[in-house]
Amino acid sequence: MDVWENEAIDKSQYATSIAVNDEDDQADAESHLQSIMPKATVRNTFSAPASTLAETEKEGESFDPMDAHRARRIADREDEYKARRRNRIISPERHDPFAAGDQTPAADVRTYKDIMEEQQLAKEREAVMAQVQKRMEEEKEKKKRPSDSADAGSSQISSASTKRFGGVTPLAKSAWDTSEASEAATPSRWDSATPVIGSRKNRWDETPQRIGPDATPGGSEKKVRSRWDETPVMLGGATPVVGATPYGGIDMMTPSHLSALTPEQLQELRFQRDVDDRNRPWVDEELDALFPPDGYEILEPPASYKPLQTPSRKLLATPTPGGTPAYQIPAEKPKDAYSVPPTPADLPFVKPEDYQFFAPLLDETIDEDQLSKDEGNERKIMKLLLKVKNGTPPMRKQALRQITDKAREFGPGPLFNQILPLLMSPTLEDQERHLLVKVIDRVLYKLDDLVRPYVHKILVVIEPLLIDEDYYARVEGREIIANLSKAAGLATMIATMRPDIDNLDEYVRNTTARAFAVVASALGIPALLPFLKAVCQSKKSWQARHTGIKIIQQIAILMGCAVLPHLKQMVEIMEGGLTDEQQKVRTITALSLAALAEAATPYGIEAFDSVLKPLWIGTRAHHGKVLAAFLKAVGFIIPLMEPEHSGFYTREIMPILIREFQTPDEEMKKIVMKVVKQCVGTEGVDAPYVKAEILPDFFKYLWVRRMALDRRNYRQLVDTTVELANKVGGADIVNRLVDGLKDESEPYRKMVMESIEKVVTNLGTTDIDQRLEEQMVDGILYAFQEQQSEDTKVMLDGVAAVVNSFRERVKPYLPQICGTLKWRLNNKSAKVRQQAADLIGRIAAVMKRCGEEQLLNHLGVVLYEYLGEEYPEVLGSILGGLKGIVNVVGMAKMTPPIKDLLPRLTPILRNRHEKVQENCIDLVGRIADRGAEFVSAKEWMRICFELLDMLKAHKKAIRRATVNTFGYIAKAIGPQDVLAVLLNNLKVQERQNRVCTTVAIAIVAETCGPFTVLPALLNEYRLPELNVQNGVLKALSFLFEYIGEMGKDYVYAVTPLLEDALMDRDLVHRQTASTVVKHLTLGVYGLGCEDALAHLLNFVWPNIFEQSPHVINAVLEAIEAMRVSLGASRVLQHTLQGLFHPCRRVREVYWKIYNNLYIGSQDALIPAYPLLEDDEYNTYRRVEMELFI
Amino acid sequence: MSSDAKSVYSQQEHLQMKYVGTGHADTSKWEWAVNQHRDTYAAYIGHYSLLAYNSVAENESIGRLKYQYLQKMLSPCGKPPKKEDD
Repeated sequence: MDVWENEAIDKSQYATSIAVNDEDDQADAESHLQSIMPKATVRNTFSAPASTLAETEKEGESFDPMDAHRARRIADREDEYKARRRNRIISPERHDPFAAGDQTPAADVRTYKDIMEEQQLAKEREAVMAQVQKRMEEEKEKKKRPSDSADAGSSQISSASTKRFGGVTPLAKSAWDTSEASEAATPSRWDSATPVIGSRKNRWDETPQRIGPDATPGGSEKKVRSRWDETPVMLGGATPVVGATPYGGIDMMTPSHLSALTPEQLQELRFQRDVDDRNRPWVDEELDALFPPDGYEILEPPASYKPLQTPSRKLLATPTPGGTPAYQIPAEKPKDAYSVPPTPADLPFVKPEDYQFFAPLLDETIDEDQLSKDEGNERKIMKLLLKVKNGTPPMRKQALRQITDKAREFGPGPLFNQILPLLMSPTLEDQERHLLVKVIDRVLYKLDDLVRPYVHKILVVIEPLLIDEDYYARVEGREIIANLSKAAGLATMIATMRPDIDNLDEYVRNTTARAFAVVASALGIPALLPFLKAVCQSKKSWQARHTGIKIIQQIAILMGCAVLPHLKQMVEIMEGGLTDEQQKVRTITALSLAALAEAATPYGIEAFDSVLKPLWIGTRAHHGKVLAAFLKAVGFIIPLMEPEHSGFYTREIMPILIREFQTPDEEMKKIVMKVVKQCVGTEGVDAPYVKAEILPDFFKYLWVRRMALDRRNYRQLVDTTVELANKVGGADIVNRLVDGLKDESEPYRKMVMESIEKVVTNLGTTDIDQRLEEQMVDGILYAFQEQQSEDTKVMLDGVAAVVNSFRERVKPYLPQICGTLKWRLNNKSAKVRQQAADLIGRIAAVMKRCGEEQLLNHLGVVLYEYLGEEYPEVLGSILGGLKGIVNVVGMAKMTPPIKDLLPRLTPILRNRHEKVQENCIDLVGRIADRGAEFVSAKEWMRICFELLDMLKAHKKAIRRATVNTFGYIAKAIGPQDVLAVLLNNLKVQERQNRVCTTVAIAIVAETCGPFTVLPALLNEYRLPELNVQNGVLKALSFLFEYIGEMGKDYVYAVTPLLEDALMDRDLVHRQTASTVVKHLTLGVYGLGCEDALAHLLNFVWPNIFEQSPHVINAVLEAIEAMRVSLGASRVLQHTLQGLFHPCRRVREVYWKIYNNLYIGSQDALIPAYPLLEDDEYNTYRRVEMELFI
Repeated sequence: MSSDAKSVYSQQEHLQMKYVGTGHADTSKWEWAVNQHRDTYAAYIGHYSLLAYNSVAENESIGRLKYQYLQKMLSPCGKPPKKEDD
């Protein structure tokens, strides 16, 4: 029978899937992800460190301080939808028609036909189930209400179908339980050992589970897992036979209760053990060691006291079933008690959760010599996998290489049979998954077409990565599937994934669509188009059409503008979907069109011609989610149009958009706002129309307080408002918004402030009149003073933007603003002080412009007085404010005078807080640059010493500012003293410190001239100390890099030093010297220093046989530099001697150098090739070279 | 940085092999010479002044010389010599 006729059932089947806009629109999902994750790019300088805030927040709840350090399991962060990946089965191998050729597949091999039949069966089964369910519901209803009227039928159907997923009907349950039991009882039917039927059996297991009574969610999960446990593959069994006993097989010699535990339980147990260990009772020895010997008295415990012995603790304290029953203090190494048997010496630690996988490795009774070849291989793979998963980095690396090298030897079957179950483990962590996926990637590359029978197996495990929330997991998943499709070929991929396209499970179809998109990007869209056409226009099932269209959407999202050449075909393929009878298909078609249009922007409007009409008609005919999808498509297509068309179509669509302004649906609101933004952004829409038609309703229905509460609504509303302002001018919009600055709701004020800030930054304030200006300043000051929330950035930005854009016009308000700031600088709350100081820094320039220097100086003194601030974040901002003032007032007029300010800063340099360091070093650097003469040389020297410590700051900006400051100071007080400090610093042990010192020396050389520094450097090199000499070489390297052409005067001076260094025994000497040669050579290109360069090349050349990657890199780069400055032919002369050397390793190196030469200067080599003489067979002479006039 | 440097180093050979005309430890004299010849002809064709110079020396038209060089690029040194170990 045809189930698809029944609309009600169809819809309800998918009612549990995620909402259209989250499920179908990855772009949205991603932006949503971004909103959840902390933004890395925008640094919010004005709040306390996020960690501190989080800590204070957490303290109220039961807060686990170790939480952050615990390894994260993937299963923990999965939502219910993503967890559905574990319901999938790692399907058995499939037939590979390419490898088999003309042979008929053996009976026990799963072919395409088998799988399609299975799918069909599954569908029919589902349909029958639905029928049975419905019938039973109906009967029950009838019994309850015999006189029920006919119109209740529809509600019955819907209630019946909703219960299919969640609800429990005892009747149905019993029916299926018995039927299942009877099936199990007849082994002849189900246990005949072909794998095909084995997998079917699994499916049958699954079905009753779905409708069966789920007592607890955990219970159902366990059931799923136990199914996995049954698969012998996981236990390392040699043959995948269904029916092997799962538990007995793990370690038959030493049965331990461990094997009966699930991985989660084991993990629990381990945490518990850890906690127990920390909480164990104190014993007398420990107390004696802690307390002083006298000064107190030890009391006897009262006779009535009995130590607490909770049964649960007793249970956990019992290590083995045969252990002592009484409570006892855990022994020194409680690990052994609960954990796996000790791992053999050459293997990494096996976590209890992994015990099931790796048990055979721990069984020491197995003699490796007696294993058959297959078993031996299996064991080897297991060992390598364990090393990859849990080993130390070197161990892991080696194992990874081995497993790659031997991949073909092991064969795909044994490899994937072990890797894939590991990936499905519920306790898998991110890092482990990453490593295992890497193994698959490498192995795939080696196995190539051998992989074909296993494609589906791999896809089942890898596809969930495509919808992972972690970006890198998604990228990894894509990479694997791309490689897989390259290895297996298009035909195999299609044959493998075709059955999943109309799978009953939405999850399977979703991931399959994404996987198909990756296949398209790997093998090219054109290859997939015929298939897509067939799928998207499938008459048999709407699921297929839905998935096909979704594939196109995913292709658009994945490949971006690369869809352009195929745009027309793709649109044509799916245009029928807009008028499909299935609502879901219509929705996804509209969303796919939106994705295609977005990918194609700003081209490709021709391709969409055919869908414009159905789209616009559709917007009138539909409601709810479908309408949202259609509007979205419209919104992305309109910006592609010619101006006159976009104007026309915008007018067509606008009434619907305006109508939907009032919708209660949040998702719809967001889409409507976005579409308005897109429409208004086009050229074809003019300002008067927007003003008359859109603005009134827009502000009436969308600018309401409730919009400020949802983050994404807030964002979209601000963006759309800014776009509207771009069209109609800032004054109009600001005029409508300005009253909101005094609204009683703070989030709303913030939203207004942010919009005004963006409008003002974009469009300026020239069109704002006197009255509005007063209102604005009044409003922002009100909003600024009334702010309560933690996030101070929006207000700060807003005030700064408005003040800066008013420029001179803000003068009358400045005293009032400064009064507020001064008052806030004195506030109790650190946040408020910090924000005030930040704002001073931001508006200093405008104050100067308004001629308020006196006010500025006053603020300078105020800030100076607050330099004793104890909160580092605030202190940083105060320093930033001072910097802003110094920058505009100038060194000479600054109050407090520089000579007072700088000594006050010297101790602050010692502060370890990054923000303080950064602002302080900036300020000091500024003073050193512009006003060094106001401070004594002695003070500068003192600062030099303080600066040395900052060279090891973590933040690069600080290190760079420090190094630059060294340059300024050296310029101010002469390089000698600064250089002495720096050269001394070369002797310290810390590498980072030395590296920064060498950079500083080079900077000093650059600012004060190399001749002031070089003699001291050369002299320092004579010190027979490794670090110092290397430091000198490194400094020379930076020096020549910075001074470039100036180097020509110093080539001959440093040549003897380089000679010495290039002949040194120490590898690093030669490496660094080669780097010096590189920079020097490139610097003097074309300046006539060839003699010295040729000389240096002779010293560099013998190092070409070095093995260490750093050294050989440096040497090859030096030779490359020589190619540039000395000419390719000179280097070729050096190279010729080894190209045909009898020793291969010599040849290898020389050819590598030759290839570099050849790629770099192919043309220049032509006159330099050696003369070759003809022999009896071949002509080698290049006679044209001998022509002469 | 170290991993970067290493990977560049290990990939260098692979990168070089992408280009026609590069060699390796097992490149024979004949292969190398063929590349030299082709490069030489390509250079003549690419540098008009060289072509003009040669056409004066050979008393041929520039176009014909260009054609000749193009033809010669097909098999500049003759057939590959038989391998010694065959």
